[in-house]
Amino acid sequence: MSGPSTYNPSTGIEKWLDERLPIIRLGYDSFVDFPTPRNLNYWWTFGGILAVFLMIQIITGIVLAMHYVAHEDYAFESVQRITRDVPFGWLIQSMHANGASFFFVAVYLHMFRGLYYGSYKAPREILWILGVVIYLLMMATGFMGYVLPWGQMSYWGAMVITNLVGALPFIGEAIREWLWGGFSVGQATLNRFFSLHYLLPFVIAAVVGLHIWALHVPGNGNPVGLEARKGKDNKKDTLPFHPYYTVKDGFAIIVYLMVFAVFVFFLPTVLGHADNYIEADPLVTPAHIVPEWYYLPFYAILRAITFDIGPIDAKLGGVLAMFGAIGILFVLPWLDTSKVRSMRYRPLTRWFFIFFVVAALGLGWCGAKNPDDFVMGIEGFKFLYLGQFLTFYYFAYFIVVLPVLGIIEKPKERPASIEAAVLGTDKA
Amino acid sequence: MKMTRIFAAAIAALGFAGTAAAFEGDQHTPHAHHWHHDGPFGTYDRQAVQRGYQIYQEVCASCHSMDLMRFRNLAQPGGPFEEEAFPNPNDNPIVMQIAASYTRVWDMDEVNEDGDPVERPGLPSDPFPAPFDNPQQARASNGGAYPPDLSLIVKARGHGENYIYALLTGYEEAPADSHLAPGQYYNPYFPGGAIAMAPPLADGIIEYADGTEASVEQMAEDVTTFLSWAGDPHMEKRKQMGVMVLIYLLIFAILVYLAYRQIWSNVKH
Repeated sequence: MSGPSTYNPSTGIEKWLDERLPIIRLGYDSFVDFPTPRNLNYWWTFGGILAVFLMIQIITGIVLAMHYVAHEDYAFESVQRITRDVPFGWLIQSMHANGASFFFVAVYLHMFRGLYYGSYKAPREILWILGVVIYLLMMATGFMGYVLPWGQMSYWGAMVITNLVGALPFIGEAIREWLWGGFSVGQATLNRFFSLHYLLPFVIAAVVGLHIWALHVPGNGNPVGLEARKGKDNKKDTLPFHPYYTVKDGFAIIVYLMVFAVFVFFLPTVLGHADNYIEADPLVTPAHIVPEWYYLPFYAILRAITFDIGPIDAKLGGVLAMFGAIGILFVLPWLDTSKVRSMRYRPLTRWFFIFFVVAALGLGWCGAKNPDDFVMGIEGFKFLYLGQFLTFYYFAYFIVVLPVLGIIEKPKERPASIEAAVLGTDKA
Repeated sequence: MKMTRIFAAAIAALGFAGTAAAFEGDQHTPHAHHWHHDGPFGTYDRQAVQRGYQIYQEVCASCHSMDLMRFRNLAQPGGPFEEEAFPNPNDNPIVMQIAASYTRVWDMDEVNEDGDPVERPGLPSDPFPAPFDNPQQARASNGGAYPPDLSLIVKARGHGENYIYALLTGYEEAPADSHLAPGQYYNPYFPGGAIAMAPPLADGIIEYADGTEASVEQMAEDVTTFLSWAGDPHMEKRKQMGVMVLIYLLIFAILVYLAYRQIWSNVKH
């Protein structure tokens, strides 16, 4: 894709195929000979890890769908039957449920890597935006998947999230009923969520294809944030993807799978919620409704807006803030005014980034707690206030810090090339 | 009316009105009890699961269903009455005998020539019989409170088996300022403290088949072990396989790491 193809069909059948459908050439140029910066660190392995987890989720999901019954009277029991009576059903179900969490861990690390090393900057804006699209699709898929076991948290989580749509002025209620397929979360909702939960992963796979396509035009970014040089110097800055990065990614994938296996086999339920082992009951509301951990930061942002802003009431304000927190990522490439990609050379912004990571984790903590409880028992310091402060910082990072610091900050001196950085003529 | 309630509850749950903590005021946190099945290599204490089943059968089953259980589960690999001589749990004589001790209409679709449902002794493939026909009947017989199904009770409660054990052994004299309705009992481990279940265990209420002394603590531990097994019957197989998978992945990781070192050995990066 980038640069001329070096594929040389050696057998008759490869030549025959290459003149008709150059699919081997595509694979060779994309995943074998593809020139990759030689200085990628382990933060760059999460793309490969994500591809593996997308496959794990799709394969285990297809098997689960063979046994699952999308009916409000049988869904809960059918999932239990899978874990009890289907051969290795306990394994498939545990891999799928925990796989979602590990998918999200990897995507968050992948996104933080992109934020730190400026992977969203020109000429990779489309690549970044496609990534945000994938992330949004993952959120939707994960949410609908969590509804399918039809436990208490499934049901009430679905109720809370779909009710958010109802906060939209004028059309909200109509859209909500349209989503439900009725006047409450019920059979129609469950059935359509199952259908969409089966569909969206394939949409994700398609957008991942575009994401990789957009990646292979400019090639990978890298920790020093310099483009690999073109022409004859290209070889000095890059290595062929295979075997150098297949083996490095492969090692990282196996290590990640080991952590995954610890959860699948020894801690299969710790990432879930006890209430989801109680069948959905529309008449009994759980004491605390909390979403899956990977939505908690956004849940905290939703709950942070407790005041009306002009004509916007608190509930709508919270919904707008929550969606805005993801929406702002779409325009990030144009908010960051700095030409320097890597935070390694941005001494001041680097600290703001580190605090951004802390803020994101802190928001997750707030999302898990009751907003009226006190942080670490400090009298008067409610989780609500912490959540509001961190929400403020979350948005300020994008709207104030990145635009302003890009202009006033004096970046550190950067090496002349990737080769120079690797050879240590400049500390990278 | 119902809709209004659901909306109100959902909005409250959003945190715009904090309803949640009201219940949790002085609820005691269960202590961590030692369980034979704790840890990455822990297995169920088979004798305790057998005794626990006896408690369930003779005490709990009069109010609590276990809808997800079949008699054959008792004889499947990892179950309390598993026997190597009977790889098909449906052939296990102990379980056949237990199932056959219940005679009832098992399935409204099993009918005689006249189309009337038939009674017959149970088979290993039949479910544990439920004490009540429907939730309304269960409530009517229990002063309005619904005895929850116990199939998943250990997984469905925070603190799992420690909570169940603490609840069964934690009944106390009600403090003076508590307001217990008639038919309620004081148990500080239960949310709110007022529970409709009378203390189910008392020393010596049953006679164990294996001669173990039936103290409250012993019975609570046994029945909790049984309920843990019932909620997670493949735990032993899961842990065994996990150990093998981790060993496999570890060796794989070492080999790939060595390959990585080899391939990158003469490349500056």
